[in-house]
Amino acid sequence: MKRKLLTLLAALFALTLFAAACGDDGDDATDTATAPAATEAPEEEMDEPEEEMMDHLGDGSLGVVEVDEGEEIQIRSLNAITGDVAFLGLPNQRGVELAIEHFGPIHGFGVDIGTGLDDLCSADGGQAAAQAIVADDSVVGVIGTSCSGAAVAAAPLITNAGMVMISPSNTSPALTSDLAGTAGENYSVGYYRTAHNDLYQGAAMAEFVYEDLGLTNAAAIHDGDPYTQGLAQAFADAYEELGGTVIGFTGVNKEDTDMVPVLTEIAAGGPDALFFPIFQPAGDHIAAQASGVAGLENVVLLAADGLLTDGFLELSQTAGMYFSGPDVRFGDNTNESTGRTADDFLSEYETLYGGAPEAAFWAHSYDATTLLLEAVEAASYADGDTLVIDRQGVRDYLNGVSDYSGLIGSISCDEFGDCGAQRITVIHHEDPNDIATSKANVVFEYP
Amino acid sequence: MRCANAGPRGARVRMNRPGVGASRAAPTGRRRRRTRVDWFLTALRVAVIALVAVGLLAFIAQEINPDNPFARWANPDATGLTGAQFRGLVVSGIAQGSMYGLIALGYSMVYGVLGFINFAHGEVFMVGAMTGMITSNKLADAGLWESNFIGSLVFIVVVSIIVSSLTAVVMERVAYRPLRGAPRLIPLITSIGVSFFLQNASVVLLGPASKSYPDVPDWVKAKHTFLQIEGARILVIVVAALSMAALWYYVDRTKTGKAMRAVAEDAEIAALMGIDVNRTIVKVFAVGGAMAGMAGILWGILFRSVIHTTGFLPGIKAFSAAVVGGIGHLGGAMAGGLSIGVAESVGPLLILEPLGVSGVSQLRDAVAFSMLIIVLLVKPAGLFGERLPAEDRA
Amino acid sequence: MSLTAPSDPGSPAAPAPETGPSADGAADGPNAAAPPRQPLAQDWRRIARMGAIGALGQIFISLSNMPVKLDGRAIIEGVLSLGYLSLVVLPLAAGSRVGYQLRREGVPFHRPGAHEVVGGAACGALVGGGLSLLAVLIANFDLREPLVNWSPILADLLAFNRGTAFAVVIWLAIGAAVGAAGGLLRVVPPLARRVLWTMVLTLFGSAVLESLTTDLAEGMGIEGLIDWFYAPRGGLTITGAIALAAGSGALAFVGRGRIKGAKSRIDALEGPARNRAHLGLILATAAVLVILPMFAGKLTNELLANVGLFVLLALGLNIVVGLAGILDLGYVAFFAVGSYSAAVLTAAASPRINPELPWFVALIGVVILTGLVGLFIGAPVIRMRGDYLAIVTLGFGEIIRLLFLSDWLSGWLGGSQGITNIPGADIFGLAEVAGTDPRSVFYLVLAFCAIAIYVSWRLERSRIGRAWMAVREDETVAEAMGINTVNVKLLAFVVGAVLGSFSGAIFSAKVGSVFPASFLILVSIVILVVVIFGGMGNIVGVIAGSAVLIGVLGGPKQPGLLAEFSEFKLLIYGALLVWMMLARPEGLIPSVRRTRELHQEELAQDAWLRGQTEDDNGGDDVRQQSGESS
Repeated sequence: MKRKLLTLLAALFALTLFAAACGDDGDDATDTATAPAATEAPEEEMDEPEEEMMDHLGDGSLGVVEVDEGEEIQIRSLNAITGDVAFLGLPNQRGVELAIEHFGPIHGFGVDIGTGLDDLCSADGGQAAAQAIVADDSVVGVIGTSCSGAAVAAAPLITNAGMVMISPSNTSPALTSDLAGTAGENYSVGYYRTAHNDLYQGAAMAEFVYEDLGLTNAAAIHDGDPYTQGLAQAFADAYEELGGTVIGFTGVNKEDTDMVPVLTEIAAGGPDALFFPIFQPAGDHIAAQASGVAGLENVVLLAADGLLTDGFLELSQTAGMYFSGPDVRFGDNTNESTGRTADDFLSEYETLYGGAPEAAFWAHSYDATTLLLEAVEAASYADGDTLVIDRQGVRDYLNGVSDYSGLIGSISCDEFGDCGAQRITVIHHEDPNDIATSKANVVFEYP
Repeated sequence: MRCANAGPRGARVRMNRPGVGASRAAPTGRRRRRTRVDWFLTALRVAVIALVAVGLLAFIAQEINPDNPFARWANPDATGLTGAQFRGLVVSGIAQGSMYGLIALGYSMVYGVLGFINFAHGEVFMVGAMTGMITSNKLADAGLWESNFIGSLVFIVVVSIIVSSLTAVVMERVAYRPLRGAPRLIPLITSIGVSFFLQNASVVLLGPASKSYPDVPDWVKAKHTFLQIEGARILVIVVAALSMAALWYYVDRTKTGKAMRAVAEDAEIAALMGIDVNRTIVKVFAVGGAMAGMAGILWGILFRSVIHTTGFLPGIKAFSAAVVGGIGHLGGAMAGGLSIGVAESVGPLLILEPLGVSGVSQLRDAVAFSMLIIVLLVKPAGLFGERLPAEDRA
Repeated sequence: MSLTAPSDPGSPAAPAPETGPSADGAADGPNAAAPPRQPLAQDWRRIARMGAIGALGQIFISLSNMPVKLDGRAIIEGVLSLGYLSLVVLPLAAGSRVGYQLRREGVPFHRPGAHEVVGGAACGALVGGGLSLLAVLIANFDLREPLVNWSPILADLLAFNRGTAFAVVIWLAIGAAVGAAGGLLRVVPPLARRVLWTMVLTLFGSAVLESLTTDLAEGMGIEGLIDWFYAPRGGLTITGAIALAAGSGALAFVGRGRIKGAKSRIDALEGPARNRAHLGLILATAAVLVILPMFAGKLTNELLANVGLFVLLALGLNIVVGLAGILDLGYVAFFAVGSYSAAVLTAAASPRINPELPWFVALIGVVILTGLVGLFIGAPVIRMRGDYLAIVTLGFGEIIRLLFLSDWLSGWLGGSQGITNIPGADIFGLAEVAGTDPRSVFYLVLAFCAIAIYVSWRLERSRIGRAWMAVREDETVAEAMGINTVNVKLLAFVVGAVLGSFSGAIFSAKVGSVFPASFLILVSIVILVVVIFGGMGNIVGVIAGSAVLIGVLGGPKQPGLLAEFSEFKLLIYGALLVWMMLARPEGLIPSVRRTRELHQEELAQDAWLRGQTEDDNGGDDVRQQSGESS
């Protein structure tokens, strides 16, 4: 008898929950539907965010996050921390961790990044991780992703949930804009990045090759990765715009080792310069085998930030190459929120993780995090013991960032979320035994 | 005791051998009416051969005169290749192919004795290359690599051969021996698992990044007056040829080799003749592993970098090479390796580019696999396979 | 070599010669038990060998960084982390294994006793000693150059931050204790063993499923309960663990034999009654699957949707490999073709062809296209032998991926930039299924899984299904029986391809973009592992396989519940595949026919499978009988 009663009660309970769950569902839907429309409005007020700091930014149109006393403000790191791109994602994640530590509490509330999430450098991985993020509605913002391909799937989810997303290393133009005022096809409102736009790097390399080196025939090789293909394409377009001739544009596979065929394909047109913005190990092989192919004996080899790693520069075949990349002469640049310089960061990184970061985007990650934390600070106010963060306010702050001083230099966000210090440098690598000198040997700056 | 034990096992090995099945399958194939599938296959064969022929002709037209209308027809940007470029392509294809061939020998030998394809053999090659990387870097740290290059080379070859052979033998003991006599797909699937395990064991133990061999002396890197070929490529081709000759001698002239051939022919009878089947199989794995280890070192010297995936694609291509050459046939394995190597090296530029395909180097693996498919379409037993093996019974 | 050759390869656990025939053994048959052996009369060689192998395994696990990486994931808060758990599994297994006796007619079976515990402890200590050795080595040599995880962090973890000497002693002690526990498992009565196992598995399972249960509990509004069971930083609380253990133990005690009884009762039913029972089960499962996601959050639904996509793929491959016996290693090709054709037909952003069809209309195109590709790939390979077929399909899979990736076709297919901004699946204007709402994706996947299950189930029992199985078992005989093997095999290929393409079409609508990097060979292999792990040829098995592997460990690019495992996922997949083939080739939930096929030689006194299967099921059953009879 008793058992039956219990079953009945349980069934009733389940039914009410069911009804409640369905009800919730409806609300959710309307929320997300109105969200994007609301974001358009407040862009005019962006001019003087400083004065509004006294109060807080935002009009509440995207909802608020309430942090109760004793809880922490939630942000997330979404980077490629496993697999062959971990050399990029791990320093990014550590940059986030260190920045939070240096920034300290916001209005007395600590900041938590939970478990570092992995974008697996792929659209499906990015989406799955983004689902994990948006499932927790206390998250304010996300630092990530590492790879543009992951951002394409993750950004709509994260920004639709009212969160912001600041990527330290996405460079695809499709995610922001073509730099001429047209939004990229994958742009989402609420997406920002501190990395440069590929179009800058492509243009920088093209200008360097065409004008500084005075070479009029160039070829480009990518490895089928969206990043490398996009950058090689950006280079080719900019180069042709300048008046140069792109003699060969082709790709290899990441696992290829014998590069003679691809180099021969390129050599048939007789290029003066060869731009291969790819990664190791394929980059090792191209650098090693290029001079052995008939027709490429005197070709100038150029690569991009993907190969600007110590492991590559140490190889003897890389002597004489040029590398484009974000300006990594951080020098005395100081992050205005934490007062640290790049050297402070590096020495701390070294003690914690026993080695220097492998890829160049840790500083972008650090600045992205402090920007996000500044935005949270500006968009939040205390309501009794509770901290209230206005989601729209966070975006308002980021939209209005101008001349923020970060490790990577002066940061200003454009209307499509490109915040990176868009200076690209080209270095000349002369001596594989002295990498430090090579890294500082800047021969070209753009713009 | 030995015979009593080997008897039933031998019987099972023989089940996989071509025998009655082959002679039974072939006539039914001939008597069968031509179905739609046959027509389709014929059309496919014709189409593929025509494509290859047109591509080649267009290439030749290009070489004669790039402005030739036939050359311009499909690819208006055609430029053709210079003699030096063509030679470079062929040599790199041969060098690559001889490494495929060395790996393919292992596939072929194991197939000959056990009748299954050891998918994980490519990883044995990777283990060889990794061992070479570790040993040579340690030697370089000690300063021996520069001071005595040839001595160091011999040393890493020996170490690497030992480690690869051991890997192959352990693999056989742990994963394959308990499965002898199982339905055919079972050991094949197991070997896929072994392949994954070894590959990822390398990731977790040695890290996912690519690792470099120390720098080699200039005479290895520089081109030699002889045909303008780099030293490393000459080294690869010569060593591969020597290894092949040594293997041929071992299999064809020594007593152990005879035992191997006997086991391959009929394990049961071999056991009755007093041959220790298990021991012979272990030797086959060891010899195959040694060849793969040798190929691993050559790979390391030629490309000077190794990563956990180093074994996977070359392994699959070597596997294809063994099939192309006619599996179970040693000379065929080498020939298959060379033809796959050369095909993937010259194929894209000789056939695809004249047909107007852009970015042909991306399709190089596709060319290698197409080569496999085409050969099997035209000659189902491979280039040197004499008989059609028994129908699959798995 | 010739000395060891006679030892049976299938059963490395063969009893040692010195414990050979005793006075009463030979004639009594398997149920009679000889008295327990003396505690110290051990087969020391066997212990040493197993100990050495185990020790090597421990060193491998440590150097793979598994303990350090998994240390962050608590099983029981403050008591045990997944990292340390990974270090006690081997001593336990070895300790238990060393007490194993092969049951064979004519060989006496000794009642387990102190002998097993002592042997287990000795073997466990050796296994644990591997870690002691490692701790000493790390302290004295620097091998960080090739071995990336040869680090002080590992040394500290092994030593519990108390120095090398402590590490040496403690791991010997832990190994011995755990090994003894393993040996004890052989001694305790079967009921106690079952209760213990249930407790352990419940604890482990609830710790592993933490995010899932938390999510569900939140959906049902019982967070309070969850907070009591789970610690805020992850892992079970001590009180929660005790409660769970006690509860599950009690359940196992009370429920002993009941589940089996119910199952055998259903099996014993005849005709319509049995069908009704099955139908009831299916309906109940379906109801759970429909209702569960309503309470679950996005995280769980995303997981379920991913599992569902792999169920679809695995069901498709199951028809090809499981039923027709065609080892297709390029199955990912159909997933890719399905994704890409759906993307091209529905997305406005696809480069050249963009009819922007509604998803369901596009699906017709997807099916036709994939079917054609299936025929095109199938026709040349179908007459090839198993091994050749495997490599050729693998080649086709790669060729298709390379074509999607190539610059050559990028004008049509997007090349390496893929196709983005793919709209969600429009369900007859009623709802739009897109990645932003994983629940709807799951329902869509569920619907297609239902179709796939129905199709597989009907086909399996049809004329065609029987033809497939005939072809699988012996093609020549099948042909002689009048089966058109070529057509039948082609049909399997095409049906499998179409099922895979459904998964692809949903995948592209879900992710909203397709990139060639989603279609690596790896995906084919993972699907194959899922099918084999679950049980080739068995629909329920295949579903269970996807749920366990994709849900818990994660797919090739999909995180599972144990996100910490992502680095070791592929390693585990590889090891699992080998282990499965060696120990249980019929899979987790075997198909009856397949088992018979795989074990037919066993019936004929074949030594191949006997050792292992007896160890896993048969041995225990026999032992239970003997335990109860004595």
